[in-house]
Amino acid sequence: MTPDPHDILFRSLADPTRRAIFERLCREGEQTVGALTARSGVSQPAVSKHLGVLKRAGLVRDRHEGRQTHYGAQLGALAALIDWTSQMAGFWQNRFDNLEDLLRRMDQ
Amino acid sequence: MSEASTETLSVVVDREMPFPPEKIWRALTRPHLIEEWLMKNDFKPVVDHEFTFRGDWGSVDCQVMEVEPNKTLSYSWGAMGLGSVVTWTLTPTRAGTQLRMEQVGFRPDQQQAYRGATAGWPRFFAAMEQVLARME
Repeated sequence: MTPDPHDILFRSLADPTRRAIFERLCREGEQTVGALTARSGVSQPAVSKHLGVLKRAGLVRDRHEGRQTHYGAQLGALAALIDWTSQMAGFWQNRFDNLEDLLRRMDQ
Repeated sequence: MSEASTETLSVVVDREMPFPPEKIWRALTRPHLIEEWLMKNDFKPVVDHEFTFRGDWGSVDCQVMEVEPNKTLSYSWGAMGLGSVVTWTLTPTRAGTQLRMEQVGFRPDQQQAYRGATAGWPRFFAAMEQVLARME
């Protein structure tokens, strides 16, 4: 259960506005800050800030084209979420073994 | 990836144990017994009681949500920036007890932990699955 990469990823996606931006990039493909702002209900600086957080978490990549910056979702970054489930499953299997051992040793 | 994400943020362990529910309940709810199989803790089987599990790798912040002696126990489980809810269900069988543990993740910005478990993250994953399915 290593804290760091998971922590950053979960915190990045914890914010509903940020998660909505990420979802849109997944669904609709690459977009500019302007296009994302137009339908997000928050200001352009706020959208840029959210994109910065997503980028640091590896969830979003930017690509410069002329004066425009296009943002795209990096689905590979979600692998850590899938890791979380397998780690927790291993953790609990192991604890179930411990519990069964304890129950065997306990008095009625 | 889309196949794996179907199960994402929900962990279930289900095992039949050759012991009566009352005995398993003791192991699930008495701090000195919990410590033997799970982690050091200051647990109390009282709804809303806040407690901490302490392991070698860090600690888990928890709050008791549901207590139905010998049947159901659930508590929130906050670690690594992700909140989740752990629910234990004990069902008597002929040979002992079917013990089920389900851990469901939810968004950490949700104060109402339990209600949050049914709203934020699962909807997000449903959306992700659709996207991933289309990519295959």
